[in-house]
Amino acid sequence: MSKKHEYGLLIDYEYCTGCYSCQVACAQEYNWPAGMGGIRVNEIIQKLPKGKHYLTYLPFPTELCVLCKPRTKKGLPPACVKHCMSGCMTYGAVEDLAKEMTKKPRMVLWVPK
Amino acid sequence: MATSKTTIHKTTTWSPGPGCHGGCGVLAHVKDGKLLKIEGDPDHPMNQGRLCARALAMTQYIDHPDRLRYPAKRAGKRGENKWERISWGEAFDLIEAKMKKIRKEHGPESMIFNVGTGRDIYAWVCMLAYAYGSPNVMFGLTGQACYGPRLASVATVQGDFSVFDAAQWFPERFDHPGYEVPECMIIWGYNIHATCPDNLFGHWITDLMKKGTKIICIDPRLSWFGSRAKYHLRLRPGTDSALIMGFLNVIITEELYDKNFLEKWTNGAHLIRNDTSKLLRESDLVENGAPKNFVAWDSTGNTTIVWDAAQVAYRDIKATPCVSGEYTVELWTGERIVCHTAWDEFCNEVNKYPLETVEKITGVPADDIKKSATFYAKAKPAAVHWGVAVDMTPAITPLVTGISALWALTGNLDIPGGNVFARFAFDVVSYALPGTKGPIKLKTEEMDKPRIGADKFMPLNKFYWRCQTDMTLDQIFTEKPYPIKGMWIQTAGIMQGLGMDPKKWRSALDKLDFIVAVDVFHTPTTQLADVVLPAGTFLEKDSFRSWWVPLQTINKVMKVDECLPDMEINFELAKRFDPDFKFETLYDLYDDILKPSGMTFKELQEKGWAYPPEGSSSCPYHRYEKGLLRPDKKPGFRTPTGLFELYSTLREEWDLEPMPHHEEPPFTPVSRPDLAKEYPLILSTGRRSPAFFHTEHRNIPWLRDIDPDPILEIHPETAEQNKIGNGEWVWIENWMGRARFKAKLTPVVPEWMVMAAHGWWFPEKKAAEPSLYGMWESNVNQMIPMNEYGKDGMGAPIKHSMCKIYKCQPGEVTHE
Repeated sequence: MSKKHEYGLLIDYEYCTGCYSCQVACAQEYNWPAGMGGIRVNEIIQKLPKGKHYLTYLPFPTELCVLCKPRTKKGLPPACVKHCMSGCMTYGAVEDLAKEMTKKPRMVLWVPK
Repeated sequence: MATSKTTIHKTTTWSPGPGCHGGCGVLAHVKDGKLLKIEGDPDHPMNQGRLCARALAMTQYIDHPDRLRYPAKRAGKRGENKWERISWGEAFDLIEAKMKKIRKEHGPESMIFNVGTGRDIYAWVCMLAYAYGSPNVMFGLTGQACYGPRLASVATVQGDFSVFDAAQWFPERFDHPGYEVPECMIIWGYNIHATCPDNLFGHWITDLMKKGTKIICIDPRLSWFGSRAKYHLRLRPGTDSALIMGFLNVIITEELYDKNFLEKWTNGAHLIRNDTSKLLRESDLVENGAPKNFVAWDSTGNTTIVWDAAQVAYRDIKATPCVSGEYTVELWTGERIVCHTAWDEFCNEVNKYPLETVEKITGVPADDIKKSATFYAKAKPAAVHWGVAVDMTPAITPLVTGISALWALTGNLDIPGGNVFARFAFDVVSYALPGTKGPIKLKTEEMDKPRIGADKFMPLNKFYWRCQTDMTLDQIFTEKPYPIKGMWIQTAGIMQGLGMDPKKWRSALDKLDFIVAVDVFHTPTTQLADVVLPAGTFLEKDSFRSWWVPLQTINKVMKVDECLPDMEINFELAKRFDPDFKFETLYDLYDDILKPSGMTFKELQEKGWAYPPEGSSSCPYHRYEKGLLRPDKKPGFRTPTGLFELYSTLREEWDLEPMPHHEEPPFTPVSRPDLAKEYPLILSTGRRSPAFFHTEHRNIPWLRDIDPDPILEIHPETAEQNKIGNGEWVWIENWMGRARFKAKLTPVVPEWMVMAAHGWWFPEKKAAEPSLYGMWESNVNQMIPMNEYGKDGMGAPIKHSMCKIYKCQPGEVTHE
């Protein structure tokens, strides 16, 4: 692994409720105009057997995500992680987060930067 | 360095701003009087550093170019959007003169004081209305169908309100040693994540789910909870009361109820006369007996025993009251009559709802009802959390009392992880919710007499200190029994949000001589006022929040132009209207209200927040056993009998059905098959958006970006039948009118129902009439009637109307 891509965001999408706090927290932190920002929340509706469906939300880091370097170098969590209402986002070293992923299903690890 | 000038202030959210019912701790970063950033306060026990999208967007809100920044009076006709800037002095003088003229000529009750959702406003609107002398404080929704009815209904049978327990009563929260995580939680008609209403933090439930709580979701829509629920019961809107009867049927048939609670803490053993179908009272047995005392059958002595309501006990403490059976009783007149128990009566009512019947009414498979009810009843502990769907039906009380009976009979009342009593911290009451009285009140009881509807509807008379909204609207037109001449509207949107049948409200406003609107931005409602006053946001005021627990202050962090906090505006006018108004400054009033806490406002402000100690009435658990609920300190509940009333003594006195049951609402395919032929779809509304609080925030770019259009959720198959594609503009139409929405094809709604977003207007569109910010284009309230409220004056059919849908023609849509 290149040292440049050492950190990531772990998302527990079982618990993402689609509150959009991450999206607005990022816009506030970097003063992005509406429509832009480092993270965007997606709604995914899965069709299941027997007429059932499953509703999932998934925050996706965009090309504008800087993994909150100005914050993390001060020891602060990224703005999205700090404000996530369901506490489903974790910032950390990719290797640590990958270990964390083995503990429960419905997790995704993003390495945006 | 620039950053050295930035100061960080701790405060608490409560509108205006995020719009919600507040309570989250925030850190406001301020520099040179400007808000730079807002963050969740990691030390605050309510939100623990987290913060919602609406609060995080405050920088775009506070400094918004469209904010009202100074008082203005109308310069053209109402609705022309012509305004003249005036000073606060001129504004106060003008309002004082106009309102005193109305009071002199027509009486103080001729002024209506209109408030919106539960913000930091009720205490201060009441303060103003009562200082002026009017009892007519109006929550503008038909049947007051939001939250208040739930509280009033619960107060009727259990005295105090109760809510799900997420350890919010303790600063250490889930680490509190007495706390238990609910094994099961019923989420009844609520997508609480989106807006955190009713003084609860929605994501507490997610916290609990991570700790193992399993969900039963009762919702026709596939919500986030529905997706993750152990059981998702997708009922037909408006049939909630049939479903609760099904639940009760299961727990009684399967004997899953707490027999000790039934025998000791309910009025199940009290006798009902077979001849009159009324409760047997001591006054029936003894010539001078008290009518407020009731009678049971004692199996030990094989005779009647009297329940002494004042003592909250049977006269003979060794008696063994029977909860079931028929008994012959001799009255003081010598007549012998047969009686049965209230519990038998309750069971008879419940037996009218076998699960096959409930399945037929609700559309929920009988097997799912049985499994869900069994799971809830066997789970220890189990909690229920309900949303506004329960208020938004005319027969709200028969539904709510059924749900209360469920948590009570399963032994989940005021236990760790159950439904616990929600009392005001330290008994400090400023926002007097239904069932509670605070120090802000009318000078005399006599002054309450003209309150519209209070003589007709006893829940309003006894618990709910508002006028009846539908009757008030009608009275504006009829002027009977007295004319309505003016309206004070404060952070409320009677045109774009609260008002059903808004055309009728529009005409009503024209009948008024004088309208004042206090708000943060111009809205369709403020455009129809004569004077508009600019309110400050929560960052611009000193206030406090005593809505259950904790008790906390809201701290003034900044000032924006000439904006004034709501309470400062009202305080100034209250002093002008009431020559005996006894407070010199707002802080004197705060100190007076805060007295029961033993703290002054300044002392509380230094602490930030305070939790009531163990052993006080506002700290759980088991308070009815410890004598912490009643003013006389006796064990029991704050009800007429002192018991949990499965059979409501008050409702019997009020000539209303004393027990839970189902009533089919007025506009459903079942009650109106004639209408269903033309309007085959169930029209529901009010699904929450995390971006907006009701009508607010459409002008905040970061938030509008999340939810840009008025959305109609349509099932893909229904859309195909109606030849509607995703993202196309469609009309919703019924016998009242039509409005256009953007179709979102999604299986989260059933095929037979559409869900229309509520509260839509377009701040970017033309303010002057006829546009009125485009409020007539996509306002779903145009298809929801007034005057269909419940028998007790509360509740209304807001979430279940009927409609048809069809695609808009080219040229009919001006949105894009």
